[in-house]
Amino acid sequence: MDFYSFLIQLLNGLQYGLLLFLVASGLTLVFGIMGIINLAHGSFYMIGAYMAWALAEQTGNFGLAVLLGIVLTVILGILLEAVFYRHLYKRDHLYQVLMTYGLILVFEELRSIIWGDDVHGVAVPALFSASIPLTDNLSYPVYRLAISAVCVLLALGMYLLIQRTRLGMMIRAGASNNEMVQALGINIKLIYTLVFALGVALAATAGMIAAPISSVFPNMGGQVLIICFVVVVIGGIGSVWGALLAALMIGLVDTFGKVLVPDYAGLSVYVLMAVVLLWRPEGLFKRG
Amino acid sequence: MSNSINRRDFIKSGAALGGAATVGGLWPNIAIGQSGKIKVGLMLPYTGTFAQLGVAIENGFRLYLQEKGGKIAGREIEFFKVDDESDPAKAPENTNKLIQRDKVDLIVGTVHSGVAMGMIKLTRESGTLHIIPNAGAGAATGALCAPNVFRSSFSNWQAIYPLGKHVYDKGQKTAVWITWKYGAGEEAGQGFKEGFVKAGGKILKELYLPFPNVEFQALLTEIASIKPDAVACFFAGGGGAKFIKDYAAAGLKGKIPLYSSFLTDGVLEAVGNDAEGIETTMHYGDALNTKKDNAFRLGYAKAFKMQPDVYAVQGYDAAQLFAIGLEAVKGDINNKAGIIKAMEAAKIDSPRGAWTMSKAHNPIQDIYLRKVVGKENKVIGVAHKALADPARGCKMA
Amino acid sequence: MNKTSPTLLAVMVIVVAALAAFPFVGEKFYVQLVSKVMIMAIFAMSLDLLVGFAGLVSLGHAAFFGLAGYVAALMSPQYEAGNFWTTLPAAMAACAAFALITGFLVLRTSGIYFIMVTLAFAQMLFFIFHDTALGGGSDGIYIYVKPEMMLGDIKLLDLENFNVFYWLVLGCLVAVYLLLRQLLRSNFGHALIGIKTNDHRMRALGFPTFRYKLAAYVMSGALAGLAGYLAALQFGFVNPEILSWHTSGNVLMMVILGGMGTLHGAVVGAFSFILLQEVLSNQAFFGSVAKHWQLTMGLFIIAVALFLPKGLAGLFSRRGEK
Repeated sequence: MDFYSFLIQLLNGLQYGLLLFLVASGLTLVFGIMGIINLAHGSFYMIGAYMAWALAEQTGNFGLAVLLGIVLTVILGILLEAVFYRHLYKRDHLYQVLMTYGLILVFEELRSIIWGDDVHGVAVPALFSASIPLTDNLSYPVYRLAISAVCVLLALGMYLLIQRTRLGMMIRAGASNNEMVQALGINIKLIYTLVFALGVALAATAGMIAAPISSVFPNMGGQVLIICFVVVVIGGIGSVWGALLAALMIGLVDTFGKVLVPDYAGLSVYVLMAVVLLWRPEGLFKRG
Repeated sequence: MSNSINRRDFIKSGAALGGAATVGGLWPNIAIGQSGKIKVGLMLPYTGTFAQLGVAIENGFRLYLQEKGGKIAGREIEFFKVDDESDPAKAPENTNKLIQRDKVDLIVGTVHSGVAMGMIKLTRESGTLHIIPNAGAGAATGALCAPNVFRSSFSNWQAIYPLGKHVYDKGQKTAVWITWKYGAGEEAGQGFKEGFVKAGGKILKELYLPFPNVEFQALLTEIASIKPDAVACFFAGGGGAKFIKDYAAAGLKGKIPLYSSFLTDGVLEAVGNDAEGIETTMHYGDALNTKKDNAFRLGYAKAFKMQPDVYAVQGYDAAQLFAIGLEAVKGDINNKAGIIKAMEAAKIDSPRGAWTMSKAHNPIQDIYLRKVVGKENKVIGVAHKALADPARGCKMA
Repeated sequence: MNKTSPTLLAVMVIVVAALAAFPFVGEKFYVQLVSKVMIMAIFAMSLDLLVGFAGLVSLGHAAFFGLAGYVAALMSPQYEAGNFWTTLPAAMAACAAFALITGFLVLRTSGIYFIMVTLAFAQMLFFIFHDTALGGGSDGIYIYVKPEMMLGDIKLLDLENFNVFYWLVLGCLVAVYLLLRQLLRSNFGHALIGIKTNDHRMRALGFPTFRYKLAAYVMSGALAGLAGYLAALQFGFVNPEILSWHTSGNVLMMVILGGMGTLHGAVVGAFSFILLQEVLSNQAFFGSVAKHWQLTMGLFIIAVALFLPKGLAGLFSRRGEK
């Protein structure tokens, strides 16, 4: 592998990692704050991707589709929390697993009914459709850079939200001490709803911006979900920064694995997880 | 072979006793017995990635039936449908539903090679007539060939073998092969390599990614650093569309020519300009402009309000093939040997051009060279006349 | 575990007798269907040992089920019969070994972590068989001839005969049930239940809880392996999908549906779950809705999770109590 190829693969790995982070951050927040294991999180990624495709077809404008999609998925998140998830906060994880597993089946089937079972391509928005020539025969698509940029911006936004705002303070307090928050008269129910909707929107946004490069296909949420579990396990439940680090590690391991040991690329990620577990059973960053 | 006799006895006694049990039992008794209808089981993907392909095959089959006035050799056809979900894990069970529960006379299926292999395992055992309307797995008419198993489509090797020579003749001496790591992809790879190396070309590297993964970026980066004269690939459906687009976005289009067999079928609307100029070899294409093909296309468009594709042709030919067999025995479905004999000798007047059956029961057919022009896979020549699959390992060939 | 009540015992005897007689009246298709159900019942009981008794919610139980199937397939010669006496122990031993190794890692975690890590390890196995050349990749491997069960030169059972195979599965089901029941009535079983209720207290009382949990995990893995082995034989085919988390999710559903922590509940769960699947996806019953049976199934699962925490058994016992 020459130097240029190495650099480009590095870029590929970081971009994949950042995208994973976007999905996993919502998962880890919901885990950490509400203590809910949500198998259907991958479905939100899938729903986002299909929305991006359908709305882009309708409006003819990808950017508009994403904005509309975010609004819709926030609403979806609020509804789901109120109708389904709310009843499971105090229940055993077993039932959370079951209900969210049932939700996956429902979401996939609804997807099939509403949008069909076809694979769809989503056009890269014209603004970013160029490629930057890097070597004599290789260009790097601008859109991939744009994805990375969006992910970094959103990560920064989350940092500010959690560290610098009143809502963030409540979220942090809710995560560490439920009773205290309620004693302070803060509406914990509302916070839960907001955090859940935020998680849904993050996963869906990842699905939307990934749609032009991943295309849109049935069951696309399943693969993402399990990798995100690994991200959360490595990073430590509830730790957004752990998730960022773990996602980047996985992105790089997976990308270089594909090039260097193609047969074991899928496996390498799990070996990484096993090693981390041996070393730190609670992940790199234990919350608290 | 004492166990097989033993088994048959068991089936008989089981069936005799079982009749009483199922009537009025939990399951509605679908088996009607001597109604005079021929029972055709369609085991095709009706959901999932290949759903459209399954529908096209069924449409093709039904179109031929319509042309014959709904009857073959004077007998009506009754359909039993099972959605195979393109899931090989469910293949044995789904096939069993048609063979054991519905007791069909003919099974038509399927698209996915892995599922088709599972079906063959059971149809070989039961002896049920079986026509494969798409899946190109070599073993189906190779190591696992059987008197009752026919194919109306192609073999993975067959569709791409002529491509190798064509690429070399265009002056491209080195190539990279890229595909999904699964049976069909590897068999197509065998076909391409065989043709290309025989002509004098050199394969610089073979790249694989797990089926049905579509994150090609890392591998495209590697192709760019290897700098081959040509790239050949095997991808189908949505994955194919994605590959074409990513190939262009990585800046490789126009620098390193891209070739394939299956890649550009059914995706040209989706990929737009990025596919322009890609050359492929296949057993069907657009702008064939023969009398038979024109009539077929018109009939199909009228009946189903959409344009036919290669899958529809394969379904149409499956029906033709079966009709030839059944007509030869005047509708006597129990004369299986007679039906098989007639199907083996059949000359099919297909929209793709006439073809005959090989000893291993795979079509001997012309493979066309096609080029993407606008929204069409335009046929620009014949890459190989009357090509037969080598049927490696088949004891009937 | 409480002493089995006479009514329950009578019901069980009748059910087993009815199952044993079924091949004499059932058609081949249904005999095979019931074989499959009984295999899944063994699988569900093995998981019940973890979920219902040790309180360990595993979402990766398909790993053992699939691993055993792959061992059976890889050890069978391509077009000849393998040896039942070597392939079955090998399959179960491989599962026990895998459970022992992964058990050391996964049992260091608990709660949500445990769920995710078991899932991740199953997925790791999925990728080993999916991506590498070891097991035929995503296409899977066929077992064209079922293994032979020889005793000297005599063929003990002809497994190619679907009725004989059915009875073998039934025998395994009864054996596994009795084995687990005895086990759970022993001190080991009481300790497990103690750990489920309060791990800390058990440790304070001097129980090596980690070792108890590991023993249960290994045993559960080996029994899931038995089910996986039988399943691979029945359909003569293994592919990575049997290792997927859908398989794990479905078996977990069976355990809960029947009522966990009772063993026979797992059997009831397997029967009702597969029957439900067959009925919901049957066009004769549900017409065009049958195509979307996954939707109905999903809603059903959600309803069970929200309203029936004790499964179908809870439905009856609640009525009984009142």
